[in-house]
Amino acid sequence: MSARVPLQRREVVASLLTERDDWLVVSGLGSPTYDVAAAGDHEQNFYLWGAMGGAAMIGFGLASAQPKKSVVVITGDGEMLMGMGSLASIGIARPPNLTIIVLDNEHYAETGMQASHTGVGVDLVAVAAACGFEQSCAVADMPGVLALRESITARNGLCFASVKIDTQPVERVLPTRDGIYNKNRFRAALGLLPG
Amino acid sequence: MPDSHSKLDPVVDWPEQIFARFQQFDLRHVVYVPDAGHSRLIQLAQQCDSMTTVALTSEEEGIAYLAGAWLGGERGVLLMQSSGVGNCINLLSLQVSIKFPLLMLVTMRGQWAEFNPWQVPMGQATDAALQLMDVLTWQADRAADVDALLQGAATMAFEGDASCALLLGQRLIGEKRWNK
Repeated sequence: MSARVPLQRREVVASLLTERDDWLVVSGLGSPTYDVAAAGDHEQNFYLWGAMGGAAMIGFGLASAQPKKSVVVITGDGEMLMGMGSLASIGIARPPNLTIIVLDNEHYAETGMQASHTGVGVDLVAVAAACGFEQSCAVADMPGVLALRESITARNGLCFASVKIDTQPVERVLPTRDGIYNKNRFRAALGLLPG
Repeated sequence: MPDSHSKLDPVVDWPEQIFARFQQFDLRHVVYVPDAGHSRLIQLAQQCDSMTTVALTSEEEGIAYLAGAWLGGERGVLLMQSSGVGNCINLLSLQVSIKFPLLMLVTMRGQWAEFNPWQVPMGQATDAALQLMDVLTWQADRAADVDALLQGAATMAFEGDASCALLLGQRLIGEKRWNK
């Protein structure tokens, strides 16, 4: 068997977000926010520039308020590690329309590529499974990414996925940093008033 | 004759009043880290068909959850003990950055007749910590004040997209007996 070619973050996110249907997408601070922006700005994107550790819970609250829509959180391993308790809070509630995707390069890319816990033994897929996620999977190739995309659209249960990606630097694509604008645009796309 | 440690105005059913305000303000999400002072309110919310209750492992999860619920068009409230306020500090920046209505009810420890000295540092810092992050605060020490202060806090949160915390003072909740 040939050595597996590591996935590239931009290809993974672009593939996930083509034909995104009616998904609501929350991106964790740093590279995942740039990756989601690079796949194309969208009024149903909510980009985080801070609030580290909060991405999964924002997705959970959104999934609870919008049960008929697929909610997708795309974040990094460092951001997910900071909010690991939220996997327990989500796991006991099991919102069926929520998928949390960790783009896992096993490093803190934004701060100088220091090693994260996921490269030295911490298995987030096992953590999510132990917390009660109905699906928890490691994705290592593009067919796996496509299967994940289908699973999101099907909304057939709370899902966690860790996608192992390489550490190659990519160009920063910066979406809006105006959180109030982003919030109001997002709410307007759902037919909600500014506020 | 009541002893000096008894609750002030114990006849007012303030948890029931809080719950009625939650319904009046159409709160759909009651998220919490448990505290004895919130136990009745949590039970009332759990029994209510129109409310979703969410148990958190740490208080800052609740700020992120309520931001998400608001993005999706629904209102909620975060219940916690004063020690949990310290856990929230960085996530309160989310409210400053996107301005969503954030209502918090904080039961106080380390404030009056506290038997556990480890509760005192955060209890004494709670109000200042909230204000450092632009949270508007009020404290209720008498049962008769709870409803009006909550009505005011909720109004300013939901009409003004503000962070508002009502502190439920330790004299209101009553002294915790270490031997019970």
